[in-house]
Amino acid sequence: MQIRLEPQGKQITVSGRKRVGDLVQSLGILAGTVMVIRGDELLTDDEFVDDTDSIELRAVISGGVA
Amino acid sequence: MKCKRCKEKATVQLRSHNAAFCKPCFIFFFQRTVERAIDREHMFTRDERVLVAVSGGKDSLALWDVLIDLGYQTEGLYLGLGIGTYSKASEQKTRAFAEQRGLTLRVVALDETEDNLAIPEVAATTRRPPCSACGTFKRHHFDRAALDGGFPVLATGHNLDDEAARLLGNVLHWQLPYLAKQLPVLQPTHPRFVRKVRPLFRTSELESATYAFLRGIDYVVDECPNSHGATQLVYKDLLNRLEHTMPGSKLAFLTDFLNRGQPLFAAGPDGALGECERCGMPAAGELCGYCRLVAEVGRRRAQAVAHS
Repeated sequence: MQIRLEPQGKQITVSGRKRVGDLVQSLGILAGTVMVIRGDELLTDDEFVDDTDSIELRAVISGGVA
Repeated sequence: MKCKRCKEKATVQLRSHNAAFCKPCFIFFFQRTVERAIDREHMFTRDERVLVAVSGGKDSLALWDVLIDLGYQTEGLYLGLGIGTYSKASEQKTRAFAEQRGLTLRVVALDETEDNLAIPEVAATTRRPPCSACGTFKRHHFDRAALDGGFPVLATGHNLDDEAARLLGNVLHWQLPYLAKQLPVLQPTHPRFVRKVRPLFRTSELESATYAFLRGIDYVVDECPNSHGATQLVYKDLLNRLEHTMPGSKLAFLTDFLNRGQPLFAAGPDGALGECERCGMPAAGELCGYCRLVAEVGRRRAQAVAHS
């Protein structure tokens, strides 16, 4: 599957059917720090994605001092 | 995974609340959390005009969206910081948000103000961290715009993660004056200040980003280029690691402080504030923090000319 990491704009490919929670963990990303987006829907940890999917992992952390 | 409220298929999972929600129920949950924060902390009423500081990011636009949906009287304030393409994209998205909804947006561009100083120039000239200079400039221009516009309240989009990270930083360095002032509502301490409120202080970044996404809000996803290495991000990372192991820790850290710790630091009222000799805004000394920083830029420029 194609995975786009935002805001880095990085594109990676991962093969096989995976649980979303396992996929996020395998990429070294802490759960709750990204939204997992497929098209116009958000995915929860218990859903599965496979090679036909194109997803976006969008970080939710903003920084600096307001 | 099922929605906690309606038992339909969930689309949002919130470990910190040990809950999951479908889209309509999450939007209800988020808006209700914000409304309860406003009511319980006596932030403002529907009879008051609220100036909402908007940056084009997820938090401030989500906040403005919620306030409009809940029927509050709002106007937006966008401060153009002059940070290259990042500021241009932020302004464009903020303007689009306001125009699509028919909302009033006030825009102040730093490089068009009397002092004509944008953040990159201030940071480079004074050798301060950009976030420090940015914070000083934002506070000054937010205060000024609220005062000039006759608003009794200024609302910002600081979320739970912002507030927990700030608390961690204040505790690590035992910043007693800052701990005394770390509240979701700051009452004015001078006639030229207005009430400052943070209605998102109980909602996490994940929640505000999710709300913005589900509401179709086109926000700036890119990070400010000056935020790389910012101390606040280090604190957020630490707290996210804690949250990963112990869900709900961030909310407990902040709310337990507000309920039990903060009153111990709130020793008494500030010393009386005077007025800045240069701009007339409230100041503890002869100059306010903003004018001290502008003066420092002038001094350093003069030194650079003298040494060239």
